[in-house]
Amino acid sequence: MSFLNYLVSGLSLGSVYAIIALGYTMVYGIAKMLNFAHGDVIMVGAYVCFFAFTRYGLNPFISVILAMLVCTCLGIVIEKLAYKPLRAAPSLAVLITAIGVSYLLQNLALLFWSSNPKVFNSIIPNKSLDLGGLTVSYITLFTIAVCIVIMIVLTTFINKTKLGKAMRAVSEDKGAAQLMGIDVNTTISVTFAIGSGLAAIAGVLLCSAYPNLTPTTGSMPGIKAFTAAVFGGIGSIPGAFLGGLMLGVIENLAKAYISTQISDAIVFGVLIIVLLVKPAGLLGKRAQEKV
Amino acid sequence: MRAMNKLKGLNRTARKNYLTYALVIAAYIILEAMMRGGGMKAATKGMLVPICAYIVMALSLNLTVGVMGELSLGHAGFMSVGAFCGTAATMCLRDSMPSAGLRLFIGIVIGAVAAAIIGFLIGIPVLRLRGDYLAIVTLAFGEIIKSLVGNVYMGIDQGHLKFSMFTNELNMSPEGKIIIEGAMGIRSIPKIATFTAGFILIMISLVVIFHMVGSRTGRAIMAIRDNYIAAESIGIPAFKYKITAFTISAAMAGAAGALFGNNYSSLIASKFNIDTSILVLVFVVLGGQGNMLGSIIAAAALTILPEALRGFADYRMLMYAVILIAVMLISNNAKIKDILKNIAEKRTAKQLAKGGASDE
Repeated sequence: MSFLNYLVSGLSLGSVYAIIALGYTMVYGIAKMLNFAHGDVIMVGAYVCFFAFTRYGLNPFISVILAMLVCTCLGIVIEKLAYKPLRAAPSLAVLITAIGVSYLLQNLALLFWSSNPKVFNSIIPNKSLDLGGLTVSYITLFTIAVCIVIMIVLTTFINKTKLGKAMRAVSEDKGAAQLMGIDVNTTISVTFAIGSGLAAIAGVLLCSAYPNLTPTTGSMPGIKAFTAAVFGGIGSIPGAFLGGLMLGVIENLAKAYISTQISDAIVFGVLIIVLLVKPAGLLGKRAQEKV
Repeated sequence: MRAMNKLKGLNRTARKNYLTYALVIAAYIILEAMMRGGGMKAATKGMLVPICAYIVMALSLNLTVGVMGELSLGHAGFMSVGAFCGTAATMCLRDSMPSAGLRLFIGIVIGAVAAAIIGFLIGIPVLRLRGDYLAIVTLAFGEIIKSLVGNVYMGIDQGHLKFSMFTNELNMSPEGKIIIEGAMGIRSIPKIATFTAGFILIMISLVVIFHMVGSRTGRAIMAIRDNYIAAESIGIPAFKYKITAFTISAAMAGAAGALFGNNYSSLIASKFNIDTSILVLVFVVLGGQGNMLGSIIAAAALTILPEALRGFADYRMLMYAVILIAVMLISNNAKIKDILKNIAEKRTAKQLAKGGASDE
């Protein structure tokens, strides 16, 4: 395989990370919490799509929509039941609750669907495109395209719509936003809903490329995507996009040219170096500390 | 009576410290007596040393999270360093040192020193960051340690140690013995860790933490935690104190790892992953940040809980998750907090009215 091949497949993996990282970064920006259960929402989305598409033979498009619906509802329910009561609690308490939710989802999945790996059929025909020496599979191209579309739609939504404006306001100052008549609770719920819906897409794309589906499928990509969000500057949407893509490319190149065993170590090493040079991430805004 | 008066004369912190010591000693005596008397199931017995190791882990993380106020998500990395160095040391000394107790002691010291060195080196970059960024970098270091430790090969050959990274080509003579074997870790470890050793380690950790918290260093660290800018502006060298606390915390985690490693017949690097770091963090948060007795109780209770829930079979980890969420929701419920606050206020008012036992 050539360098270009590794680069393209890295971009595809990075696109998945970027979609997951968008969910992390939006929730962090607005609720100032690290939603550790996000990775497990990915897994739920992948399972829903698996059952709809592979088991019951539904149309792939409908299966993905179904997965998104389930995950969106799941995200809203989790937020209402577990995170909303803790809005005034210290951030560590919220973090531990998020970890609890993550265990809960993993173990529910284990009970319902058992730990036997499910073989996920790709939603895209398993063919490749030959571009003069460079062979790219359809799923790779599809993943990158989906990521770009999501990015454009989301940026437009945040910058142009009223709800997007409300989200920006809440992330800047919750109290002031409330005084301006913004329904903070609804805005936070919508953020969770969007993040979880994106997680479902990420789950489907991830499992189409790496077809092994187990109850812990989401946790490592979740942590990596979280890293990607921090890498790009947590709270920043273009940052999550850039961070995700870079992380995917670095991981793939490290696997190809250095060692598969320590590719994770290299990814995390790069993260550390970036944070030491730019402590707020690549595109993060550095908050001024006021005395 | 005089002793009672003396106890009353102490301030609240000192009284709480003595209570912690007393409870740990009492628990040790009761459990040891039960073990000697044979009134303990083998499964429970096997859990005593891991519980001790997790208690020391919780205490050490509480120093970072509770006292220093920085979230660390990579504490299992230090445990891993301690476990591998400590266990490899006791394995190497097996032939030359017959006393298991002495070997264990040396193993724990080596584990602690190795983890302290790593903790110091990691602390230099990490402690310059703050808040969630610090948390993610500790997570990253934890994962890096896991990957690297899983690729170390070490053997002993005619009294010489041989190391290699990524490959198992140690060039050993036929008499040579391989000790650490990459991803397969260390195997056929003689189990030399004992409950008494665990108890002593907990006591040492408590003494170190209580002395440190009560000292100038501890006060400086808490001042930095409560207001970083104010502390720096009155001339407290924040970085120096933070790295001291972080190194001590890492050393204790290393000691706990060495104890843990010497309790199982095999040891693999992937055991010390992010889940282990989070598990210990859960102990600290449930026990209360900065509350050492709370950490001890939470670590012991939550290590036993999955075992106690064994009757629920498949549902046990589910129950664990539900209990975790429920405890967090209940303990942070505004109404319950108000009630507790009222009770505490009434008690303080009563004490003030009596004019007795002042707290400071």
